[in-house]
Amino acid sequence: MTTTIYIPREATALSLGAQPVADAIAAQGARSGKPVRIVRTGSRGLFWLEPLVEVQTPAGRVAYGPVQAADVDGLFAAGFLTGGKHALHLGDVESIPYLKNQQRLTCARLGIIDPVNLEDYRAHGGYEGLKAAVAMQPGDIVKAVTDSGLRGRGGAAFPTGIKWKTVLDAAGEQKYIVCNADEGDSGTFSDRLLMEGDPYCLIEGMTIAGLGVGATRGYIYLRCEYPHAHATLKQAIATAYEKGFLGNDVAGSGRTFELQVRLGAGAYICGEETSLLESLEGRRGQIRFKPPLPALKGLFGCPTVVNNVISFASVPIILQKGATYYRDFGVGRSRGTLPIQLTGNVARGGLVERAFGVTLREMLYDYGGGTRSGRPVRAVQVGGPLGAYWPESKFDTPLDYEAFAAGGGMLGHGGIVVFDDTVDLAAQARYAMEFCAIESCGKCTPCRLGSTRGVEVIDRLVAGDRAAMQQTLLRDLCDTMLNGSLCALGGLTPYPVLSALDYFAEDFSKAAAPRAAQR
Amino acid sequence: MQSIADKDFGTPKSLSTKKVTLTIDGEPVTVPAGTSVLRAAAELGVSIPKLCATDLLDAFGSCRMCLVQIEGMKGYPASCTTPVTEGMKVTTQNDKIATLRRGVMELYISDHPLDCLTCPANGHCELQDMAGAVGLREVRYGYNGANHLDAPKDESNPYFTFDPSKCIVCSRCVRACDEQQGTLALTIENRGFDSKVAASQAESFFDSECVSCGACVQACPTATLSEKSLIKIGQAEHSVVTTCAYCGVGCSFRAEMRGEEVVRMVPNKDGHANHGHSCVKGRFAIGYTTHPDRITKPMIRASISDPWREVSWEEAISHAASELNRIQAKYGRDSIGAITSSRCTNEETYLMQKLVRAGFGNNNVDTCARVCHSPTGYGLKNTIGESAGTQDFDSVMQADVIFVIGANPTDGHPVFASQMKRRLRQGAKLIVADPRRIDLVRTPHIQADYHLQLKPGTNVALLNSMAHVIVTEGLVHEEFVRARCEIDAYEKWSSFVAEERNSPEATEAVTGVPAADLRAAARLYATGGNGAIFYGLGVTEHSQGSTAVMGIANLAMATENIGRPGVGVNPLRGQNNVQGSCDMGSFPHEYPGYRHVADEDTRKQFEADWKVKLRVEPGLRIPNMFEAALDGEFKALYIQGEDIAQSDPNTQHVTAALSAMECIIAQDLFLNETAKFAHIFLPGSSFLEKDGTFINAERRISMVRKVMRSKSGYADWEITQLLARKMGMDMNYSHPSEIMDEIARLTPTFTGVSYNKINRLGSIQWPCNDEHPEGTPTMHVGTFVRGLGRFLVTEFVPTREKVNAKYPFILTTGRILTQYNVGAQTRRTENSAWHDEDRVEIHPSDAETLGVGNEDWVGIQSRAGETVLRAKITDRVQPGVIYTTFHFPESGANVITTENSDWATNCPEYKVTAVQVMRVNQPSEWQRRFHEFDRQQQALLNEATHPKQPAKATAPG
Repeated sequence: MTTTIYIPREATALSLGAQPVADAIAAQGARSGKPVRIVRTGSRGLFWLEPLVEVQTPAGRVAYGPVQAADVDGLFAAGFLTGGKHALHLGDVESIPYLKNQQRLTCARLGIIDPVNLEDYRAHGGYEGLKAAVAMQPGDIVKAVTDSGLRGRGGAAFPTGIKWKTVLDAAGEQKYIVCNADEGDSGTFSDRLLMEGDPYCLIEGMTIAGLGVGATRGYIYLRCEYPHAHATLKQAIATAYEKGFLGNDVAGSGRTFELQVRLGAGAYICGEETSLLESLEGRRGQIRFKPPLPALKGLFGCPTVVNNVISFASVPIILQKGATYYRDFGVGRSRGTLPIQLTGNVARGGLVERAFGVTLREMLYDYGGGTRSGRPVRAVQVGGPLGAYWPESKFDTPLDYEAFAAGGGMLGHGGIVVFDDTVDLAAQARYAMEFCAIESCGKCTPCRLGSTRGVEVIDRLVAGDRAAMQQTLLRDLCDTMLNGSLCALGGLTPYPVLSALDYFAEDFSKAAAPRAAQR
Repeated sequence: MQSIADKDFGTPKSLSTKKVTLTIDGEPVTVPAGTSVLRAAAELGVSIPKLCATDLLDAFGSCRMCLVQIEGMKGYPASCTTPVTEGMKVTTQNDKIATLRRGVMELYISDHPLDCLTCPANGHCELQDMAGAVGLREVRYGYNGANHLDAPKDESNPYFTFDPSKCIVCSRCVRACDEQQGTLALTIENRGFDSKVAASQAESFFDSECVSCGACVQACPTATLSEKSLIKIGQAEHSVVTTCAYCGVGCSFRAEMRGEEVVRMVPNKDGHANHGHSCVKGRFAIGYTTHPDRITKPMIRASISDPWREVSWEEAISHAASELNRIQAKYGRDSIGAITSSRCTNEETYLMQKLVRAGFGNNNVDTCARVCHSPTGYGLKNTIGESAGTQDFDSVMQADVIFVIGANPTDGHPVFASQMKRRLRQGAKLIVADPRRIDLVRTPHIQADYHLQLKPGTNVALLNSMAHVIVTEGLVHEEFVRARCEIDAYEKWSSFVAEERNSPEATEAVTGVPAADLRAAARLYATGGNGAIFYGLGVTEHSQGSTAVMGIANLAMATENIGRPGVGVNPLRGQNNVQGSCDMGSFPHEYPGYRHVADEDTRKQFEADWKVKLRVEPGLRIPNMFEAALDGEFKALYIQGEDIAQSDPNTQHVTAALSAMECIIAQDLFLNETAKFAHIFLPGSSFLEKDGTFINAERRISMVRKVMRSKSGYADWEITQLLARKMGMDMNYSHPSEIMDEIARLTPTFTGVSYNKINRLGSIQWPCNDEHPEGTPTMHVGTFVRGLGRFLVTEFVPTREKVNAKYPFILTTGRILTQYNVGAQTRRTENSAWHDEDRVEIHPSDAETLGVGNEDWVGIQSRAGETVLRAKITDRVQPGVIYTTFHFPESGANVITTENSDWATNCPEYKVTAVQVMRVNQPSEWQRRFHEFDRQQQALLNEATHPKQPAKATAPG
């Protein structure tokens, strides 16, 4: 009897040795006369367990991990094909608390299905949302998204339904759906996990958006640093065309939706929607001022929905199970679930999809298990490189857009980077300015010149060169950037800088360096 | 740097008719919808600091100086990018806003050299002004941080420098190149702090795609891009609005002056033809006006082998008058004549023809339009009733299909080309019919939908085939034709063009244009919305030039593409005042306003006003003057500002005619080719030295204003007047405005024109009369000038210039951006850095057959003559066709061209000459003779201007 084994094809797992593991299992299976069928999946997002190998047994999928090729002989010897005990045996995968305690709506199929197998996708509820959408009027599709309370998961948290309504109501023969898959924030990877592990979910979400707003053409703007996601998306799109889920008769609806992937060229700023549109049009990736909103004058001057991967990928389940089902998750004005990414100095890094409302502390300790180094957590940065650095005193803040904003931070794309007590926050503040200097498009003055001056001022501040004046100057500069910048890059760079200055002021004095070393 | 006289409103004017009222700092203001907050404030008189914004360019939102607060809006929106809304409440000044602006300025100045006192922009630098406006008092960042102060200067362009150390990366130059000029030569290279302006692929400005229009220099708010003349002279202290003396676009400029010295020419933002744009000629190439070659004293000589002798004005004028009188007495009244200049003002041209008609007592006056757009006059007069273009330039912004035939706007009419390209980038369709792949066929963000690459000399066949498609495919606008045109003529025409021999399939063999392309292009023109035709000398300078013009008018009438904005028949006139010189009655058969000399009423009107009996018979056309001279019947010619020895076809024929005359009076700035055959030289004045008016290609009358005293002492109209008086005429104008008053009095299309009105309106498009008191942007609205439009049958008759075994190639000619016509002006400027020699373009396959490589000397021989040029191998030309420019006299382009001419007007067939081409290793015999003659004439000139010192006489007492 052939045993089915699931091994991720996702980049994290591959970088940790998933390919040699798969090869070794296939070889050993052939050698030992125990036929195995290996299915390559996405990652479930339990990175400390990758490569995570799952064996299909009558009792469900039994997990082993982290597996190296050298472990394969031993696994066979231990009878892992029937769920046998082994040092790496993790038992029923679904029962691993980290996973069991999640609320996976958007990422429900990650690690479970073969990402490019359309039948597998459909067998797990795929294209049910589109089926529902095809039977609806465009306005009703948009209303469902509005009612679900879904907000843009890219970071700005703008209500998705309102954006779609704007595009739906905009006059224009041609409208576009653009997916922002330029996931460039440090400490974020949920877009990538989804595109590598469940690409049809994104395609379905974009298709529904197309039907909803009357757009016949879509583009996925993917960062070129994601070659696996690129290959997966291309294959999935080709199959979707082949099976009639894309093209001029989407799912038998008689309606058209064309979809292509376009690669970015390595500029962080092209993750900003207007720069992204410039780049997509073949121009230099530079910020456009707003208004006009992209929803009214976006790609090639036409009404355009620009949403993040997770935003689109959350749409199928909303259409499938209804707006109420989705909005019943979450708190306050943050409805539904958020795929949170735990990373940095953390024991159990990975993807945690939870309804809004869970606290930062739960994330860091219940899921993350504290730092990987075993030292105390000193700071976390939530929301990418432009997020604030928060001290322990703020760890009880619930993951909720408004609660984070009220605390002077931002939830952003849901990335949490953990630092232990050896971190030098002055260096992190400097890094924030440096990052801005490197990634600034150069259009507006506060960002173009301010970021470089910011690095210089922090250097003088830390060196104790007229420190009080430098600190005033740094705060003034942050004010200029915050209020004067054209886009969020220059406008948010002050967040990490000011939070470091506010909560970790001791790191900015001359004596800080040796003290950090002591920690 | 912008003009010292301009107020900048920050963003372009909104054309919306909807009004919006808002309050700015508590003051209500009402502006058109779509206006920016910044502009609304400026219109209210509130200056919001700004650096990246200027009203010639779309808002950009990069400098962050113009931040304001708006009730109900988050943060500090940039006022340049925020459109006004009804009831909006804007605050432009408070402590917080002041702090932010100062913060931004502090950043700017932390990366800017502190050499204000020695900077060319000092006193007119926007950065300096804004630093003052925001009250910057210290730069706490110091000056030791990262900076661009060592960035090397680029001084490669002859007219301006690029000093990136002063650059504030506002992108105004880049945007000016994109939006205004449409060349897209500039970009911002790198990103963030390393962002810098780069020309093409980080090349020097001179080596880049830059066409040196100067829009970037004008847009620059600092001294980063500065005119070299400004650097040399310093800031101007006053400015005078005047009109460019180059092409028929007629750009309005502010001549920025220091005393009588021109510091720089800045295109006038209020200029109706150019809206603040210019080209390399108009903005920069004015050095000829002060060139040492200028002749500023009258000269005479007995024969052309004698040295010139400088004389007083009195002597020169007396001599000229007595010679003309002598010759008329000896050879008869018709033995003398004159040629007016399209370079001179209307008033000057008017006086010339008045001198001939009323003073010489004949009608022997002609003008250079003879050799360019005379077929336009004939063709349009006979179809739609008026010898001029039907639209204003701005009309192109409403065109949906632009059909360019026989014109090369990016070189010949660059400022209008920029406007046309703007419209094309907005999505208008483009059809180009040209034997050569002109730049417009494929240029940044523009690609012609159809390039009909016809063989030279087949325009009429092509136009007939377009008409064939329109008629046989039912694309004629029947309703319009029935209401507005002579129906019999239409029927005759439509059955003619419908004949199978006019089908694209039948003419393909003649034109070389694939029938399918031609059909598609015809359908596009007829059905693509507003269709506008633009044409140039590639249409007129043919044996069937007039026929082709009629063919164009036929197409426009058949498709209702005439009589409203966005459509029309638009001749792109060559010279600054060629329209005016024609309007002023420069032709031997027409009084001002295109009224025939035989017309009794008109003649009586002039006789009454001029108090003299006028001749009924038309006079001699230029080619007839040459023939008559060679026959010994025509003996004296007064030529104002035209160089027929270089510009007219079959040079050897022209020079023989000139040599056969007894008195040639040349009035010019320079000893041009014609003046080398002259006996009397009257030094003229440049356009900077006189008052008057020019009329451009859109019938626009614009003021030319004197900004400096005449270098010779007299404006050209004064010289003509001196001569007229000396010949006994009663001519006593004290100012050109009086001449214009007379023109208005005697010309129905000008009755409403006066200097006062032009000054008030800025410019006026004729007709300007009781019916159209402020002029007429669009003609033929509702009815044609001649009543009903008249279709004319346009039978294609191939030219006699046919290729054969002896002359297997067709030579065609054209112009280039940096040089202007005979080059008398531009060759005396730095423009020659771009084009210092005429070359002959040869297709690579022909070059291979001929064994000719790039830069090789190539002999070109026609029935008329032979010359030698260096080869430029390029597939811009089609196989079998060669092409050259004609800006240098030694090129002898017109030694080759023949006397074939338009059947109706004698406009020479410059565009088609059958030639033989071969590789040679020395100049032609003609060129050797030319150089010898040139050396001899220069020496004779030197004797006048630098006379040999006589042997030292004994010192008196």
